[in-house]
Amino acid sequence: MAQVQAQILPTSQAGNIVPEPVREGIDLHINGEHYRHTGDPQMPLLWYLRDMLRLTGTKYAGAHGENGADLVLVADKAVSAITLSMSSLADKSVTTVEGLAANDGTLHPLQQAFIDEDAIGCGYCTPGWLISGVALLRRKKKPGDDDIDQLPNRCRCGCQTRVRRAIMRVAADKAGQP
Amino acid sequence: MSAGKTRDAIRLDRRRFLQVMAGAAGALVVGIRAADAADAPLPPALLGDNFHDLGAYVRIDGDGNVLIGARDPDTGTGVATSLPRIIAEELDADWNRVSVIALGLGVGNDNGQPRWTYGRQVGGTGGSIPAAWRDLRQVGALARWLLMQAAARRLGVSANRLRCDSGTVIAPDGRRVTYGSLAADASQVALPARAPAVKIAASYQLVGFPAGDVDAHDIVTGQARYALDQHLGDALVAVLVHCPWPDGTLARIDTSAALAVKDVVKVVQLKPEPEQPWGSTVIAPAVAVLAKNTWAALQGRTQLKLEWKPGASQDESSTALEQQSLATLGSHAAPTTRVRDDGDFDAASKQAARRFEATYFQPWLAHASAEPMNCLVRLDKDRARLVVPTQAPQKAWAVVQRLTGLAPDQIDIRVPRVGGGYGRRLDHDFVAEAVMLAQAVDVPVRLLWTREQDFSHDYYRSGCVHQLNAIVDRKRRLTGWHQRMASASALAHRGGSEDHLWSSELRADQIPAGLVPNYRSDWYAQQSAQPRGPFRGMPHLSNAFAVESFIDEIAHQMREDPLKTRLRILGEPRQLPLGNGVTLDIGRLRNVLQLVADRIGWKNWLRSVNGLGIACWHVDGAYVAHAIETAMQGEKLTIQRVVCAVDVGRVINPLGLHGQVVGATLDALSTALDPAITFKNGQIQQHSYKDYPLASMAQLPNDVEVITVPGDRTPTGASFLAMPTAAPALANAVFRVSAVRVRRLPLMKELLRML
Repeated sequence: MAQVQAQILPTSQAGNIVPEPVREGIDLHINGEHYRHTGDPQMPLLWYLRDMLRLTGTKYAGAHGENGADLVLVADKAVSAITLSMSSLADKSVTTVEGLAANDGTLHPLQQAFIDEDAIGCGYCTPGWLISGVALLRRKKKPGDDDIDQLPNRCRCGCQTRVRRAIMRVAADKAGQP
Repeated sequence: MSAGKTRDAIRLDRRRFLQVMAGAAGALVVGIRAADAADAPLPPALLGDNFHDLGAYVRIDGDGNVLIGARDPDTGTGVATSLPRIIAEELDADWNRVSVIALGLGVGNDNGQPRWTYGRQVGGTGGSIPAAWRDLRQVGALARWLLMQAAARRLGVSANRLRCDSGTVIAPDGRRVTYGSLAADASQVALPARAPAVKIAASYQLVGFPAGDVDAHDIVTGQARYALDQHLGDALVAVLVHCPWPDGTLARIDTSAALAVKDVVKVVQLKPEPEQPWGSTVIAPAVAVLAKNTWAALQGRTQLKLEWKPGASQDESSTALEQQSLATLGSHAAPTTRVRDDGDFDAASKQAARRFEATYFQPWLAHASAEPMNCLVRLDKDRARLVVPTQAPQKAWAVVQRLTGLAPDQIDIRVPRVGGGYGRRLDHDFVAEAVMLAQAVDVPVRLLWTREQDFSHDYYRSGCVHQLNAIVDRKRRLTGWHQRMASASALAHRGGSEDHLWSSELRADQIPAGLVPNYRSDWYAQQSAQPRGPFRGMPHLSNAFAVESFIDEIAHQMREDPLKTRLRILGEPRQLPLGNGVTLDIGRLRNVLQLVADRIGWKNWLRSVNGLGIACWHVDGAYVAHAIETAMQGEKLTIQRVVCAVDVGRVINPLGLHGQVVGATLDALSTALDPAITFKNGQIQQHSYKDYPLASMAQLPNDVEVITVPGDRTPTGASFLAMPTAAPALANAVFRVSAVRVRRLPLMKELLRML
């Protein structure tokens, strides 16, 4: 079923534009790849990512994304993937945790900082912390404690102090600006 | 599939053998297996090249890569890192060349009975490290011994003149041979008559040194595969609606609209098996919608038309249960169990110079694990394959075996990293549900609980009431202590003896047992249809809050420094036997208490404008204390500083221990501040994190200062060690800063009510 509704389309190359026939579906970019969703337009992005694309780094958090484990980046904002219907994402670009690292595998500075600070408990909600942390760092290069206090994520493992240190580590490292 | 050939075994003790196998492509493989009842011939090894079939702990390949299996489920406790490091230490492996794999359940067939290939496999109960210290060191030591014998032959030097370092054997003249090049020969070396000696601590290069989580890179890149992220064939996705009453029944059902949803395949009813204990069957009557994908299943679920009929529990409420508990404690009825009775409290009470009394109330709690209950199952005629996020795969196996009737070794249970356990995943109701559904549809099934179900159908921590009485003599010595606790046991409906229901609720050896000449503790059973089960830190969690708050109250009323009161109650450093083989090391307990006091600046406790609070506790041979500093601005409470000292004996991974201590501290603070489960008309009132709020970053301290007492005693577990003392230290600090004594959790609600 995954193959039916998800397909990777080659992006057109500049200077070599060929007219294409009109096709049904919702076009969007996820982690730089072009996808066309032809299934139910009301399907939440979360289930498209997990069931159709098998991009499982974005986790189920709750019916309203309550604990932040399903956050993704849309236009540099952290948004709960279960609250986004596919129809709302036409021509949008989405970044999931799988898309934070560079294509050559170089980690985003915050991913590296999470490893360096060992800011990991069970790890299930870590992708959500990373996404909201990256969104914060894109909004504010030198976030303070008050900014970090506003992160929406919730977790019982108690990684919060290490997550705080990881974000501060990136903020303090000028070479590591995202 | 079996690439390895069993060679030989050395007896470790009465029950276990070290087992050595020659793996594929010249690999050396060393494992542990349980002893057969009558030392029967060794069974065929489960060893294979497929990771999931790896039937041993250590595998050294010809290229020098070392694969080490982690037997216990890692729910965020760090055992996937710490257990393999114990083996790698004895092996003198190069940690950079070590890959760790989660072993999954190891089970063989012993005449129809299960034989647990890896021994104990339980995560998140504090037992993993002590168990590993008993047997996993031997695995590494044997592998190292075999490699050295092979090196001795190759180099023409006797083995006792060789040394090992980071995956290399080194001769006195400086010649070096790598483990990889020795692996094939080592697998042919005759075994020693006895298990080789383990290393002395002075030569440790991994144990006692910090290591980050082995799964960290996979986790931060989104590549880590939890059970929900794995696939077995094209499984149907099953989502459920549970009856709001655990003892209710389905009165009417109309599935037509649900079945009309595109990609919905089937609707199936599930019923608890009444004769089965809690945790091994369906938790409440349920209706499942099975569909080709999650979105279709969830949509089908909203189209179900169901009418539930309540059971006898429809009159239950958590408020009424608490009043019932209070009435029971006030009635002077005989306790269900007199847990401990030293001296004569009644006689001592008549001689008392002063008496103290207080009652503490703590709410029902949910586990609120990040990854919801789920299970992936594929049933074939002669095999069951499951991916289960469990803390106890052997218990999951028992559920699958009972429902399928398969032979022990026909059940394959994989256990990937688990998204939080906290005791919830010691129960396997969701495994029973998934197996029943797979049986009903005859294709693989992925069961997914929604967040709402996780909150409203849990094996909760029971609410509890503690009534404490204490007496002091004219010299202010604590001469009597009477603790009375009323709660609904987590061991009820689990097939155990009625005499032991108390043991999930309190401990016979908890503070101040053994420190007071007349000490009595009584437990009063309360009844509820709401399921209960193991919960992180229980029974220490609720008892430490009551006891360590009460000691502060006694100190306050006697106009004493609560640190001095505690030290006086503890007395001089000594070994204090508490019965049942438990010995309390008063020196170690005093030490952690003094350490946090010194670090937080306790000498200013009375003059500080902020509130300082302190608490200490002991858990199965480990010692913990918290000191907390709080500030209040109007109604805003700020936790400014938190210091925690722990003494766990030898530390395996200091970075991992730090993470567990910080994590348990923050979890305990979060649990104390706001959340509570309540029920009314027999129905749970909380359905999401919004109703059951875990603490935000802003509510939690920016840092937790951890002091680890160095030690060389046998290591103890630490996954919940720092839970019990955080809440009482907080409440004691809140009293100092606000003059409000919080005797009821959740703390914020009570504080705001009393201000």
